[in-house]
Amino acid sequence: MKIKTKFSKSIKVKNSNSIWRQPLAIVGVVTISAWLFLAIFAPLVAPFNPNSQDADKFIMPSAAHWMGTDELGRDIWSRTIYGARISLPYSVLLVFFSAILGSVIGGISGYFGGRTDAIIMRITDMFFAFPAIVLAMAVAAALGPQIRNAVIAITIVAWPIYARLVRGLILNAKQNDYVTAATLLGSSARRTLIVDLRPNLAGPVFVLAALEVGNALLLLSGLSFLGLGAQPPAAEWGSMVSIGAINFDRWWVGLFPGLAILTAVLAFNFIGDALRDALDPRTAKALRD
Amino acid sequence: MKLKHRERFSVLKIFTGGGFIPFILRRILTSIVLIFGMTFISFSITQLVPGDPVAANLGQSAYSDPEIVAAFEKEFGLDQPVPIQYLRYIQKLSKGDLGISLSSKRPVLTDLKEYFPATMEIALVAVFLSLIFGLLFGIISAVTRDRLPDQLIRVFSLTGVSMPTFWTALTAFYIFFFVLGWAPGTGRLDPGAEPPKKQTGLFTIDALIEADFSTFRQAFSYLLLPAIVLAIYAVGIITRFTRASVLEILGNDYVRSARAKGLPEYIVIKRHVLRPALLSIITVAGVSFASLMAGSVLVENVFSWPGLGQYAYRAAVGLDLPGIMGVSMVVATVYITMNLIVDVLYRVIDPQLRKSN
Amino acid sequence: MHFVMHLIHVQQKRCGIKMLLTVKDLTIKLMTASGSAEAVRNLSFELEQGEILGIAGESGSGKTMTALSILGLLPYKGKASGSIIFNNRELIKFNQKQYREIRGKEVAMVFQDPMTSLHPMLTVQVQLTEHMRHHNSISKAGAREQALKLLDTVKIPDPVSALNSYPSQFSGGMRQRIAIAMALACEPKLLIADEPTTALDVTVQAGILKLLDQLRKEKKLSVIVITHDLGVLSALTDRILIMYAGSEVESGFTKEVLQSAKHPYTRGLIEALPDSEGDGKHLLAISGMPPELGKFPTGCAFHPRCNFAKNQCKEVASKVLESASKQRIFCAINPFSLISKEIN
Repeated sequence: MKIKTKFSKSIKVKNSNSIWRQPLAIVGVVTISAWLFLAIFAPLVAPFNPNSQDADKFIMPSAAHWMGTDELGRDIWSRTIYGARISLPYSVLLVFFSAILGSVIGGISGYFGGRTDAIIMRITDMFFAFPAIVLAMAVAAALGPQIRNAVIAITIVAWPIYARLVRGLILNAKQNDYVTAATLLGSSARRTLIVDLRPNLAGPVFVLAALEVGNALLLLSGLSFLGLGAQPPAAEWGSMVSIGAINFDRWWVGLFPGLAILTAVLAFNFIGDALRDALDPRTAKALRD
Repeated sequence: MKLKHRERFSVLKIFTGGGFIPFILRRILTSIVLIFGMTFISFSITQLVPGDPVAANLGQSAYSDPEIVAAFEKEFGLDQPVPIQYLRYIQKLSKGDLGISLSSKRPVLTDLKEYFPATMEIALVAVFLSLIFGLLFGIISAVTRDRLPDQLIRVFSLTGVSMPTFWTALTAFYIFFFVLGWAPGTGRLDPGAEPPKKQTGLFTIDALIEADFSTFRQAFSYLLLPAIVLAIYAVGIITRFTRASVLEILGNDYVRSARAKGLPEYIVIKRHVLRPALLSIITVAGVSFASLMAGSVLVENVFSWPGLGQYAYRAAVGLDLPGIMGVSMVVATVYITMNLIVDVLYRVIDPQLRKSN
Repeated sequence: MHFVMHLIHVQQKRCGIKMLLTVKDLTIKLMTASGSAEAVRNLSFELEQGEILGIAGESGSGKTMTALSILGLLPYKGKASGSIIFNNRELIKFNQKQYREIRGKEVAMVFQDPMTSLHPMLTVQVQLTEHMRHHNSISKAGAREQALKLLDTVKIPDPVSALNSYPSQFSGGMRQRIAIAMALACEPKLLIADEPTTALDVTVQAGILKLLDQLRKEKKLSVIVITHDLGVLSALTDRILIMYAGSEVESGFTKEVLQSAKHPYTRGLIEALPDSEGDGKHLLAISGMPPELGKFPTGCAFHPRCNFAKNQCKEVASKVLESASKQRIFCAINPFSLISKEIN
């Protein structure tokens, strides 16, 4: 099976079936599809309105309320379903933005080389040294606690890995014989880089992004847990767990949203791993380094 | 003291010459530059981002009183233009003064000295656990490739890196404290208990120094659960990476040669595989320690552990710039030190690098 | 005429000699990305003590797998079946523990690229002595003594400082000599050399070949040399086995096979060698490419590239024909008229 995207040419899958051969990858895809389904059809699937406080507080998991109710009498299962509408899209968005930001920066660095490269690389090193969580917390706090700002904050700290990857790929490509050959044949360096490189970059960046979606979800829900992300009454998984932390004797309040995060991240990681294993060794190596 | 032309160049040689010591000196120099760069970055970002530290740290009524606001601003130098603020910060930094925390009103250095040891305590235990288990599981996984131990370890390590730390902390706390009663509650000691005399700030070590074994046991029992939760993510990462690294090396020609000589498998692993594997593993280990910082913010929050993570949280929420910078410096310094250690270890392990230097 | 008589004479002598290695119907299955594939099919050959056998063929013909199967070092998920009798023991049925007892001690191997087959982080001394001490329980000092002697035998200058050095500090030829010394450390009866000179300069090759020949004479060492280089074969080996797509196509005494090859493939290989006189003729090459693992043609695997192929070559497995001088080919057509003793 070729990955049917416009990256088909650039992601060389080692052998046509290997992704589907991995049972874990299938589990991952099924799980994410399930969450997507729940997210899209939430109003139809959720038994209760996520914000309605009609039931009693703190009902244990039962037939009527599969995951019990929280401190305001809201059905947790319904809120968990609606939570997928926040966590999943925002994580993907996050990865999308940081990938683009990082790729552009890395691209500039690798393409121009010389002092530009050195300066940008030093800045990237500093970002790596920076405790990302501290910066993310500060930015999120400064902008005002809101899920949108949490996304911005994490984007600011997450771009360096993409920059490093893209820069590495460009530097490698510059040394490639086909670039030398094309230059000898008269094509300007700039043209070869644009024509030959772009298809080759999209693939690895895509796979790295896939590997990072899980992390993005963890960071996002982590910030929300600390109160710096989604705000009540939004049904976001991380903030639901923080309510569970306050009422830890009511074990169901924190357990189920956390399980939701766990299953989603696990599924993303299954898929990411399988994708990486199925790549040709060269790109896999570039991703690992 | 005026150096003659030739002598001046030979002093430079301390940095530019080949060999081990010049290498270390060069690295320390770049590290210092790096830390300065970081202060600049953190300063710029927190300035560029909209947000009013004054509003964040004064109550509502105080904020509406212009006099109090002015006094606050004056006290913390917030009324100065931005570049001046930065310069003054750097100036004080070179004297070892990290400024005054906007939220705690104490010198940042004092705050750091108080909160840092607590985090060190759980971090050290977490590092120890994650290295031991990470390496062990990774090697077992690689050696029993695709058989049951490998499958189990792979699932566990993948789960380990997929768990939201705050939730793991919460669940562990619920099960081991609330349900089973095996773990003590939150905090570092029993409520009302006296901490041992402060030597290092690590209660366990300090208790041992005083030969106070009951306090030692108490402090240790409190730190065990948070440390284990903190270690889970790092164990996952190190296991996965060790497995990949060892598998790759097992495919190398020189491993085949070693087997072709009839050496028993454990010697092949110990002498021929581990050394090259360690190179890439220590890199990952170094990086995974950075994840401990992020983890500690969450773990300390759940366990009410008075460490750097809690301090960082409060500083961030309070837009306490000196506090944020202070925490960043500490963590960055640890990170850079780790990198330095990793680089040195590289040269110790790989004789080729040593000779070519 | 005299030549043939000489060969028959040698052949009669051989009958009374016990074989060191007898391989019969060896079949090796490997696991590739697209499933199981046979790398070696029904291979048979023999080797006596003190003899040098050359196994020749293009990449992918199965020569390296054959060698690895003797040592039990097939890659992950590889399986060998058939019979490998070495020194009167059946190796096919060995478990890893039993293999470890003979590896290094009775059978040893030298690999193609000495840069990657020697450990970059261990000193020469360690790599030369570790299996000595494991198999023979010698002391560290005693092993060191022997290592020095070994380095002498393979003509490494300044053996004392060589012991404390790392492989990266030597040139390619030196490294290969060290690898050979490492293989000989426990005085094995059989040495398998997989493309021992391919990674080396031509000028250095001769030295290595001379060394191997010397060792055979001095220590009655049996050697299997795996190579695709006909020059190496003619310089060093007593007998050759030519492989294609996992099976034998021709075998016999080196001189005879090289001077009068009877299989179209062997002929093709020999004729493909550029003439050193360079009279401006086109280079002759065998058209086509050797088949990939798992995609071997039916019948005689060589038929798609063979100038003499007829319809039957596609369907039926090739016939074995063997001459009185033990030159053997697998061919249904026999275009070069090998005169066969009646086998089958």
